[in-house]
Amino acid sequence: MNDTIRTLLSKLGGLPVAVDTLADEADLYAAGLSSFASVQLMLGLEEAFDMEFPDHLLNRKSFASIAAIETTVNIILEDRKVA
Amino acid sequence: MDLASKSADQSLKARASRVATIAAVYADDVDRQGRFPLEAIEAMKAEKLLGIQIPADCGGEGRSTSEIAEICTIVAQACAASAMIFAMHQIKVSSLVSHGTEADWHRGFMRRICDEQLLLGSATTEGGIGGNLRNSICAIEVDGDRCRLEKDATVISYGKHADAILITSRAHKDAPPTDQVMTVFLKDQYTLDQTHVWDTLGMRGTCSDGFLFKGEAPSVQILPKPFAEIAAQSMLASSHLLWSALWYGIAVDAFTKAQTFIRAAARKAPGIQPPGLVQLAEMSSELQVIRSNIQSGLASYEQALKDPDRLSSMGFAVAMNNVKIASSEMILPVINQALRICGIMGYKNGTPFSLGRHLRDAHSAELMISNDRILGNTSTMLLVHKQETGLLG
Repeated sequence: MNDTIRTLLSKLGGLPVAVDTLADEADLYAAGLSSFASVQLMLGLEEAFDMEFPDHLLNRKSFASIAAIETTVNIILEDRKVA
Repeated sequence: MDLASKSADQSLKARASRVATIAAVYADDVDRQGRFPLEAIEAMKAEKLLGIQIPADCGGEGRSTSEIAEICTIVAQACAASAMIFAMHQIKVSSLVSHGTEADWHRGFMRRICDEQLLLGSATTEGGIGGNLRNSICAIEVDGDRCRLEKDATVISYGKHADAILITSRAHKDAPPTDQVMTVFLKDQYTLDQTHVWDTLGMRGTCSDGFLFKGEAPSVQILPKPFAEIAAQSMLASSHLLWSALWYGIAVDAFTKAQTFIRAAARKAPGIQPPGLVQLAEMSSELQVIRSNIQSGLASYEQALKDPDRLSSMGFAVAMNNVKIASSEMILPVINQALRICGIMGYKNGTPFSLGRHLRDAHSAELMISNDRILGNTSTMLLVHKQETGLLG
């Protein structure tokens, strides 16, 4: 999953730096992730993992780092299994 | 005399009304000359209104955004430019209150705002960024415990008259345009070289000229949170809500003039329904929608303040954007209708029913953070955010 997120981030994130230079915990907003790009990234993740972000996870914290995105996606995938 | 001042009503509403009474006297002159509404701002200071948002442990009154919005509405009925200056000052204070209470320097600064009634200005726009305050070109240079900044600020709200300026920049010289910080510079820590003149259609008294800003200060004055968080968690909501509240005040005053005009006509010709009476009813309905929209926005902001996740969520940003879009667009028809009712007496300057200033001031509403830009941002978020479908949530 980490690789998929990194691939999508490099394709859609519009970051001025190469994604493989970023640590999992690096602040993506400080790295230059704009709000428009973060939405594009969400759409990409929804497509890649065949899921939808619920509104309560659509906040800055969920997309603050690669690790945060991974956690967010895992929460959604887990919730889906339970449901 | 002491007895008289002590017995004066010290409620927030009474304090704001006393400011409005003074602002009303000078509003036309402020507008005509495009000058700073010094008398109204002095009155705000005398009523100690500039520090009211600051928590009690930093010397203020800890007043809510709703209470501050109410003051904006009251003052705007007298002079929209004075109300706008008050609103912009409070938006800056909200950044300090939300993001500076854990920093010693900023706590001390808040105490000074209360004690000395300092007026805070804002410099978020810059030549070359196309009006997007979430982008900066200039970068702050931190050198040990000092920081330096130079910014080509195309607009600094009431720049010459501010006692301190809160200014955005990139966080360091290699930071991307969106990685921004906000820094407080005190009046004796910067120079301003005027580059643009604020000669506008309306809101002329805000005197938001353009300047080349050069400042140097201790680096502790940089707010300890990224500007992205400040923008999302305090500026977005407080600017949309406080501005909406003051625009509502402009529309309410236009309505009041129209109503007074019609009542006079009805008294002169009893038994005959004066023309324009039905329009007055329409306006009343429109004003109620605008007012409810702002009230509901204020309620949801105050609710979200208890929940940081909600505060930085897309749903909340969409809701606040929608408050701004609706209030800024709905006030214009109300003022137009008032103008039709008051006729030539409304069109002429210098009558009790003059509406030119209202109309010109209100036209700024759609442009202050352009509605097209806001709609663009909202529409992006709607690619993933789902519209509320229930009535009660």
